[in-house]
Amino acid sequence: MEVYLDNSATTKCFEDVAALMTHIMCNDYGNPSSLHLKGIQAENYTRYAKETIAKLLKVSEKEILFTSGGTESDNIALIGCALANHRAGRHLITTMIEHPAVMQTMKYLEEQGFRVTYLPVDSKGCIQLEDLQRAMGKDTILVSIMHTNNEIGSLQPVAEAGALIKKINPRTIFHVDAVQGFGKFRIYPKKMNIDLLSVSGHKIHGPKGAGFLYVNGKVKIKPIIYGGGQQNNLRSGTENVPGIAGLAKAAEMMYADLDMDIDRIYALKQKFIDGVTKIEHVKINGYTGRESAPHIISVSVRGVRSEVLLHALEDRGIYVSAGSACSARKPQPSATLKAIGVEKDLLESTIRFSLSVFTVEEEIDYTLQAMYDIIPMLRKYARH
Amino acid sequence: MFTAFLIKYAEIGVKGKNRYLFEDALVQQIKYAVRRCDGEFKVTRTQGRIYVEALTDFDFEEVVDNLKTVFGISGICPVVYVEDEGFEKLGQAVVKYIGEAHPGGNMAFKVNARRARKNYPLNSMEINSEIGSIVLDAYPEMKVDVHTPDIMLNIEIREKIYIYSQVIPGPGGMPAGTGGKAMLLLSGGIDSPVAGYMIAKRGVKIDAVYFHAPPYTSERAKQKVVDLARLVSRYTGPIYLHVINFTDIQLYIYEKCPHDELTIIMRRYMMRIAEHIARETECLGLITGESIGQVASQTMHSLAATNEVCTLPVYRPLIGFDKMEIVDIAEKIDTYETSILPFEDCCTIFVAKHPVTKPNLDIIRRHEKNLEEKIDGLMETALKNDELIIVHQ
Repeated sequence: MEVYLDNSATTKCFEDVAALMTHIMCNDYGNPSSLHLKGIQAENYTRYAKETIAKLLKVSEKEILFTSGGTESDNIALIGCALANHRAGRHLITTMIEHPAVMQTMKYLEEQGFRVTYLPVDSKGCIQLEDLQRAMGKDTILVSIMHTNNEIGSLQPVAEAGALIKKINPRTIFHVDAVQGFGKFRIYPKKMNIDLLSVSGHKIHGPKGAGFLYVNGKVKIKPIIYGGGQQNNLRSGTENVPGIAGLAKAAEMMYADLDMDIDRIYALKQKFIDGVTKIEHVKINGYTGRESAPHIISVSVRGVRSEVLLHALEDRGIYVSAGSACSARKPQPSATLKAIGVEKDLLESTIRFSLSVFTVEEEIDYTLQAMYDIIPMLRKYARH
Repeated sequence: MFTAFLIKYAEIGVKGKNRYLFEDALVQQIKYAVRRCDGEFKVTRTQGRIYVEALTDFDFEEVVDNLKTVFGISGICPVVYVEDEGFEKLGQAVVKYIGEAHPGGNMAFKVNARRARKNYPLNSMEINSEIGSIVLDAYPEMKVDVHTPDIMLNIEIREKIYIYSQVIPGPGGMPAGTGGKAMLLLSGGIDSPVAGYMIAKRGVKIDAVYFHAPPYTSERAKQKVVDLARLVSRYTGPIYLHVINFTDIQLYIYEKCPHDELTIIMRRYMMRIAEHIARETECLGLITGESIGQVASQTMHSLAATNEVCTLPVYRPLIGFDKMEIVDIAEKIDTYETSILPFEDCCTIFVAKHPVTKPNLDIIRRHEKNLEEKIDGLMETALKNDELIIVHQ
């Protein structure tokens, strides 16, 4: 049996999405910038994609910028915003548990002379609004807070933060990395005072190499990629038409039965947590239930190294992640787990299970049984 | 401009009656190396010379890089050859050659003619002086120096006439496969690929064994070892890599023996298994990357303890090397970057905080008795499930 529980790393593509993309690549392969019919056909796909996504976010389609994915969206948001607004101030705020796409970009901006405040999180992985309020200054041009943490699934008070930021300084720009949250939650930038919103296609059963950034029409950002002036000069380069169409199609499908799907995933998550915590010395990191993301479960198993448990599960066809996939190739403990105060012994004993709309109850049962079998065996041979 | 390479080989030139064996092997290895390059080539052996002739366009750098991986080559000489159309034409060709191969002039040179075809109208001495004066006429700023020339201009008169003046150093050593075969214990670290390279350099064909311990070591760790074997195979020719699943043996040792002796006992079983495969595949020895004192399992005492279990000779080419010296070679043969990828190998998983550094053989043997019940069966299973991967460039 193959059980894929690494959906926060990437997801299986919806077959309808793949079919649409194949059709575009083989038939409607034009360049949207071309003047002829083939070009217009291609442009229609990108236009339709923009409309679809704009409708889901309740924003104007002019405010959707297509990118190569979450990392690029975060880069354009942060660097583009810093470049365009550095005269207004050189202070930026983010959190200690951001994805490297934000974290490393912030480090780069620090090298460029910007000051960055990193907000701490509590033991459940959430920021405190008081900390945000205290950090805000006259020269704060940008606040970047992730919607859903990729490692422990903690949810940040994004709407409250948005209101607070705009109350203190309406000109401060608010960026939200929603790579893990989009497709799981209804996110309305206008209502939540979000100016920039990053989303990735392959986390929502769409293609890799496609994503978008919502850019509030009133906000000024500068491009970081120059060339033929596509997408209003903000992101040059021929549009990835199949990717863009696939991304929009996937988003549309995710939101078609959102409430029902999410209820079901929450129920599976709860079942898994109930089952796995029956094992001795097993602990769930962060909140459970509706205070957390429906699809992410971070589990610390005392006395078992995460990599070993991962491979033992892999032997049984179960695919999970040690920490987060983006950092799994670097053997350093996760910054998020450190930030929420996970004790040292457990840092290297934590694995992440992440579910999707494809996950079924049988797979949860199978995985629980595997955990019951494997953990006692691995604990017998602990390193001394 | 160059259309062929003259291959120089030093050591094998002196191998008496066996010489043809070495030369054939060298030709074989050269063919293997140029097969990786774009273009078509003819490799020929005539009168104590090996030529690599390009039959089509080719990338000079690529061919030289690949020839540099062939053990047995001491020098690679890029050659221009011309048809014999009279001495005047030859003079023109040489002038053109100097202009292209050594632009800038103002150098001391010496002409070194060899007349393999004795019916050529001029003898070697005459060719030397005639060509010398033609070159001087064409490039007045150059001068002749027969003792310490900057350029040794070689002219060989055969069916065609060959002109060359550069010698690019080759790796030396002896052609792969002329020295029998040995089994390399390949771990994924920095040392063992270098050890394999060093022994292969003496003409030894290499097979390898890797001990895999899922789920404690990952598929990526195994892939890394395959990648390393592939890098080494540039020099050694195809490598038969045996992947042995070692988990059960390791866990059994862990259960039955003191933890501080775990590594030593584990290594003794690795040697036993490696020797078993070596004998079955007609290898004449084992190769390890050990170097005295590098880690607890490589002290003189530990080496004695691991050495004791095999009767085949164990070659340890790095035994007297410092880590930095090993790293230098690893960088030269391009394995270093791969070796330092951070995946656990099976030696580090259960390593004790303070492993024994001076194991006592009697005690080790006594503790191995604890394993008597199951170990033979486990070894048999491991050997039966040997996964063979043939790795080549």
